[in-house]
Parts: sequence; C-alpha cells; structure tokens
Amino acid sequence: MELKKIFEQLNIPLQCQRHGLAVWQCPQFLLVLMGTIIITASLTAYFIGTKFVDDPEMVALIVLGLTGLLLIITVIIVRSFERLAEANRMKSEFISVVSHQLRAPLSNLKWAIDLLMSGKLGEIEESQVEYFRILKENNNRMKELVNDLLIVSKIEQRALPVMKKKFSLKEITEKLISDFRPFIKASNVEVEIEASEDLPDVFNDMEQIRLVVENLLDNAIRYIKEKGRIKIKLEKIGNGIRFEVRDNGVGIPEKDQKYIFQKFFRSDNALKYQTQGSGLGLYITKAIVERVGGEIGFTSREGNGSTFWFVLPIK
Amino acid sequence: MSKKILFIEDESALQKTLGEALRQEGHEVISALDGETGLRLAKSEKPDLVLLDLVLPRIHGFEVLKELKEGEETKTMPIIVLTNLEGIGDVDKALELGATTYLVKTQYSLDEVLEKIRNALK
Repeated sequence: MELKKIFEQLNIPLQCQRHGLAVWQCPQFLLVLMGTIIITASLTAYFIGTKFVDDPEMVALIVLGLTGLLLIITVIIVRSFERLAEANRMKSEFISVVSHQLRAPLSNLKWAIDLLMSGKLGEIEESQVEYFRILKENNNRMKELVNDLLIVSKIEQRALPVMKKKFSLKEITEKLISDFRPFIKASNVEVEIEASEDLPDVFNDMEQIRLVVENLLDNAIRYIKEKGRIKIKLEKIGNGIRFEVRDNGVGIPEKDQKYIFQKFFRSDNALKYQTQGSGLGLYITKAIVERVGGEIGFTSREGNGSTFWFVLPIK
Repeated sequence: MSKKILFIEDESALQKTLGEALRQEGHEVISALDGETGLRLAKSEKPDLVLLDLVLPRIHGFEVLKELKEGEETKTMPIIVLTNLEGIGDVDKALELGATTYLVKTQYSLDEVLEKIRNALK
C-alpha cells in the first residue's frame, strides 16, 4: 500500500490533475524540471569551466546566463505554489459561502412552504396540494444536494472534524430503518436486520457513521426492482464491527465497478432506474469510513444485487 | 399566553414567514433587520425572547449576543440563535457567549422551530 502511494506521488500527470493545473504549471513537474536543469547546469558549468579555463570572462558569462535561467524557473515555481495556495483559500471561502448564501434562500422557501401547507393562512384547494408537494420535495432535493456538496468540500479541505463518542451501531441502524419505514413500504421492500445481542458499542463519530448507514440503506432501497429484500448484518470481527447490507436489486455492471466510489459517478443502470441522485453519496460514504479509521468495500453482479460492507474499529 | 418576541434577522422573507407563524400563535413580534436596531429595540422593548441571526449587516450576530449578555437591562433575556452557520466553532462560541439554544435553519421544519420557541418561552 505504501509503495502504491509512493508511485502515485511520482505520477506527475495524476498529481497535476488533482490540483486542477496544467502540467507545465504544476509544482511537481516544475520541481522535476528544475532539478534536471540544476544538474545539467552544474555539469555544463563544470565542462565549460574546464574547456574555457583560459577565458574566465566567457566562463563568468555562461555561468551568469545559467543562473538567470535558474532564477526564471524558480519564479515560475513560486508563482505556481501561489496559485495553489489561492485555489485552497478559495475552496475554504466556498465552504463558508455555500453554508450561508446558498442555504439562506432554501430555508426561506422551506418555511414559507411549511406555513402555506399548514393551512394557517387559509385552506389550500385540492388542486393546489400536489403543486405544494412538488415545491416542498424539490426544495428538499436542493437542500440535500447543497448539504452533499458542503460535506464533499469539507472532506477535501480536511475541515470535517471527527467527534468521537460511544454508541451502538445496531441502535442507529434500527432507528434509520424506522425513519425509512414510509420509503421502504412505498418501495415494496422487506428489510431484516441480523445482529448478535452482545454486539459491543463503537467509539467513533456517531453523526458521520449515521450518514454512512443512511447512504447505504438509501441506495439499497432505491435500486430495488419489483419485490425487494434487504438484509443487514452486524457482527464483531476481531477488534472491529462489520456492517453489511445486501440487496437483491439491479446490481452494478462490472465495467462501472471501479468507478463506483468516485465523485458524481452514476452507473448506467442506476441512471436508468433513478434519474435523481447527485452521485456523491458513495464518495462521501467511503471518505468518512476511511477518515474514521475503517474499511469499506462491496461485491455486486448486474441483475443480482449488491452487498456493501464497512468495518469500524471498536475503539 | 402572549409573549413579546424580538426577531433580529436581515432576511425579510424569514421575518415575514416566521413572524407570521408566531403571530398566529398569539405572540407580539418586533422586527429588526440589523444588529444595531436589534440592540436598541432589546433595550427599549424588553422582549421575553430574542431570536438572533448571526450573519447581519453592520454588526455581526456574535457582537449583538455579547452586548445583550453584558447589558444590565438585557442580560437575563433568553436568546435563541437562528442561523445557517453550522460550524462547531460557531455553535461553541454562541453557547459560550450565553445563547440558550443554537438552531441551524435548514435542519428544522417551521413546526420544529416553533416547538423550540414554545419550550424557550415556558
């Protein structure tokens, strides 16, 4: 794994892509270029020195020229780092802008719709109810998308703190199944949970893990075809708790499986069954699980369903 | 029982919506669209509860909160912070400065916020 990380660091085009910079502006490329030029310049200066040892002005001129060239490259590298720092600063500002400016109109809309639908300002006509429901649902969709984007930004900026406390993974799963009851019923799905009685509590960030379980359960229900069966299993393995959710849904085509945890990725059959969805859920899920010290994975066969699992350390 | 509520919030849409919902419950709602006006009205009107947004024109909500909690006439007023800022630092700071409750607007429905306000008024 360490070797893989080292090779990734040496993969200059990949690193440049991550920073969103052209290769020639990318600090890694420029450092390699600078290193190459320094070595070449030193060797060149040596050979020129030995060749023109009787003409010191010529040597001085050539060395001055090489120094000038090195200075220019240094300036380009420093500018490149400045651009990276500026991009980072803008990303931090984006988080605070999103958290307030985008959410403000959404909460205004939400409460206005709530007030109208409560009937306190007058009875709503039967013909209007459906449209108010559409307003409310789409406002919620927007809110969820903004929340997801905000979490992704925080993950990338390493600005998502981990607040650990002791909690029962079984209890939060059961609570989520209960919260999802209307959705489960509407989707014609059966959900069963299997967990040993003496399953130990985990010491971790309860809210973030709750989000992980919610995302996996939501996906399992959403991509069911016809009569669905979802089985959740919780068990202690070694020093960890393993959570597994197995469904008999549409599954993930093999060609898409290596992209499944990428940002904004949605496999073709997911798009076919569910046009809604930001493609951020699994990216967030994986990032959270790994950040809190866990592991995540899945197996899937198109047409036969998927099994997603994660393991959390108990302490 | 009718209470006097000071609502310090620069979003006029929210002033209208939440203000109307609170009036429907029988309360008197005094509006302030910025921190300075909020501080002035808190001293003159002596409300039973203050609803305070944080991102306000002229003075930031934290400054308003601090002044309310330090003022002789206003320090015992319960204050609910009602904001879209949700950083842990913001929550901690508001509670340290003396806010009774910190509510992130997008996380609650109107009914849930009204319930929190009813609890604070008891």
